Amino acid sequence: MKYQSDDPLHDVPGLMESLEKKGISRRDFMKWCTGMAALLSLPASFIPKIAEAVMAQKPYLVWLEYQDCAGDSEALLRASKPTVGQIVLDIFSVDYHETIMAPAGFQAEKSLMDVVKNQKGKYFVVVEGAIPLKDNGVYCCIGGKSAIDIAREVCGNAVATIAVGTCATHGGIPAALPNPTGAVGVKEAIPNATVINLPGCPVNAENITATIVHYLTLGRLPQTDKLGRPLFAFGKRIHDNCERRGHFDAGQYVKKWGDEGHRQGWCLYEMGCKGPETFHNCPTVKYNEGTSWPVQAGHGCIGCSEPHFWDTMTPFYRRLPNVPGFGVEKTADKVGVGLAAATAAGLAVHAVGRAMSSKKEDKE
Amino acid sequence: MHATASVRAVEDALGITIPDNARIIRNLISGIQYVQDHVIHFYHLHALDWVDIVSALSADPVETSALAQSISDWPKSSADYFKGIKDKLKEFVDRGQLGPFANAYWGHPAYKLPPEANLMAVAHYLEALDWQREVIKMQALLGAKNPHAQTYIVGGMSIPVDPESQNALNAGSIAFMQGLAKTALDFVEHVYIPDIIAVAPFYLDWAGHGAGVGNFLSYGEFPNDTASNTENMWLPRGIILNKDLSTVHKVDHQKVTEYVTRSWYNYSGGDDKARHPWDGETNYKYTGPQPPYEYLNTDEKYSWLKAPRYDDKAMEVGPLSRMLIAYASGHKEVQDTVNYVLKTLGVGPAVLFSTLGRIAARGVETLVTAKKLPEWINQLATNMKNGDMKIHSGEKWDPSTWPAEAKGYGFHEAPRGSLGHWVKIKDQKIENFQIVVPGTWNGSPRDAKNQRGPYEEALIGTPVANPDQPVEILRTIHSFDPCMACAVHVVDTDGNEIIRIKVK
Repeated sequence: MKYQSDDPLHDVPGLMESLEKKGISRRDFMKWCTGMAALLSLPASFIPKIAEAVMAQKPYLVWLEYQDCAGDSEALLRASKPTVGQIVLDIFSVDYHETIMAPAGFQAEKSLMDVVKNQKGKYFVVVEGAIPLKDNGVYCCIGGKSAIDIAREVCGNAVATIAVGTCATHGGIPAALPNPTGAVGVKEAIPNATVINLPGCPVNAENITATIVHYLTLGRLPQTDKLGRPLFAFGKRIHDNCERRGHFDAGQYVKKWGDEGHRQGWCLYEMGCKGPETFHNCPTVKYNEGTSWPVQAGHGCIGCSEPHFWDTMTPFYRRLPNVPGFGVEKTADKVGVGLAAATAAGLAVHAVGRAMSSKKEDKE
Repeated sequence: MHATASVRAVEDALGITIPDNARIIRNLISGIQYVQDHVIHFYHLHALDWVDIVSALSADPVETSALAQSISDWPKSSADYFKGIKDKLKEFVDRGQLGPFANAYWGHPAYKLPPEANLMAVAHYLEALDWQREVIKMQALLGAKNPHAQTYIVGGMSIPVDPESQNALNAGSIAFMQGLAKTALDFVEHVYIPDIIAVAPFYLDWAGHGAGVGNFLSYGEFPNDTASNTENMWLPRGIILNKDLSTVHKVDHQKVTEYVTRSWYNYSGGDDKARHPWDGETNYKYTGPQPPYEYLNTDEKYSWLKAPRYDDKAMEVGPLSRMLIAYASGHKEVQDTVNYVLKTLGVGPAVLFSTLGRIAARGVETLVTAKKLPEWINQLATNMKNGDMKIHSGEKWDPSTWPAEAKGYGFHEAPRGSLGHWVKIKDQKIENFQIVVPGTWNGSPRDAKNQRGPYEEALIGTPVANPDQPVEILRTIHSFDPCMACAVHVVDTDGNEIIRIKVK
């Protein structure tokens, strides 16, 4: 009988030698591949495929920055699985990223064009920031070229474009009303480009790497929702995975910053939390290597991964009307009718009653 | 850190005094930001202007180890360690995909470091990447995530404090932060500062370039008390004019104005008249060339940045300003550290007014701030011990409690310099909000009197060996820690223009 190793990396040829050269311990690499499989909801049998995919020739990646604050670039620096050093030096060949690359000016633009010409149809693009379309694109020019002209050429020749952060996916803050520069997300600016949207303010860097590994491992881009967001990261509402969901269901709400409920980790719904309307994997992946995320730190979700959150999710500190609760299919209104006798009834009905009494803004 | 300035502006407008815990948490978030951001700036955004990565491939690991051990007792300094770094670098280069290091200026005559110093710097570049990710967890603990902390609210902070709860800052959080503060200081003391001191002697000519406008502004930071817009701060508020360290002038926010004479905006009262931010206008009006274009005409409007002035003078902001003002104000920790660096390098204070001075001042500020962090952590622990769990002053949380009209301003010293927010509130809504940021102070275009801003002034006289590879321009511009998101592209254009002028 053939010995069956329970080590998924057992059959990956040349793996040990290659890892050794890179100074990556086998244990760390295994941990990363396993984590990636979990993030992508893939079975363990895919772990060797992930390992093989990332050990081959480094795929080229160029990072474009337009109307933004560099927050997504900063997020990239905090990436832990893998780390930014591994992303930039070992896993991808990041040939253009204005903030971190060594050359500047004409030399930098050469690096970008080298990839576009020599790797046509094979490289990835990450776009950070919105693209302004108004007035011939004069509101964002780099080296005298408009953002839209550069993006059309670079994204148009790429295997895929990953729009990171809500500015790049849907215009974000630059597109906030009255949107003076005509800022839009990448897909709207370049409709024929293949675009995956990873919104968030900023993007969670773990979702960037997971998207690319998904492609390298499975040979196709991840399935997305109707907003172009991968289901593995945006398939569930914050509210449904929230660590404080039990307090919502029990009708235990924070009323004031620093009150007993706030200190005891109760639900932030009445403080304006937008978790019930926001799709993102913050509660499970968290930020800064799992250190925290907004709700854990006592602040409600502001809905930053939803299109136009700046206009649609404000005021941030007023609670949402019509929050679905107690089962995804029912709205809080319907629940309010049927749940009067349930355990947590007192507070829950109070909350639901108030939700029913206002349409858009809660004035209380 | 616009969140800090914006909540301070509203707190000033509404007369809100924040709780002491909120003051401490804000100081900690800003403090760790200084330390982490300055180190990233030095190693990842600025070092490659001075360090030749390709040269590191010919370094001798044994000699690199001897060099490293001669400047610091940092444990990662064995010959084997540096050999591992060199092998990794070689393997990276041999794969033929140079990534962010392709098309750079390697081999340029302006690079002066020996191969061993270059290899040591490459090792620390990589170490700093891991270090920065770790230490900034302090901000994630206090503010949910980094970047973009989500915890600033008008009247205080939203992170609860309660030593008896698992859902609030408790004794475990204090211990976690103490550990991170130690990790932060260790690297700064044993790697970052020794590296600056080791590299500076090869580049002392840069103490003679990049002086800038010679006027320095700091709003001050790290309040010692909770009053809104308090002047009682760890790093002092002040102004230095014409490089004169004998007098520190007071700051009056009314003297801050902005011109749009050379900026793509119009003012209703005419573009040659500056406006205070409370009366500021943002009427954009692009008059530049249509893209694609080759260059911008600086005799016309040529920038999206407004031109901020203080009492009609261009001012430099950032770590150099803060350290000069603290030094001239008699701030003991800053004086001692500046004097130590100057003495070690065998130079006088005049060298601070330069490209190299900016780098040294950033290092000094990182060190004194890293040493200060444990004190704020202890203050928070003391409050916890005394039962003070207040994090928010909620009296004005409901907009119905506000006056019909109010106005205020909020200052913050961000890592890269002075940030001011000015707000006017009418009928519970923002009537006007104007922001004057470090990037516009330093990257300012010219004003109605044709005065240059710090970047432009600092580049005058910069020697450029090869106009196609202007690494010297990058050295001075990067020394300001430019805001990559908004100013660098304008600067590139300016830089190229200046080269053209010099070449002619």
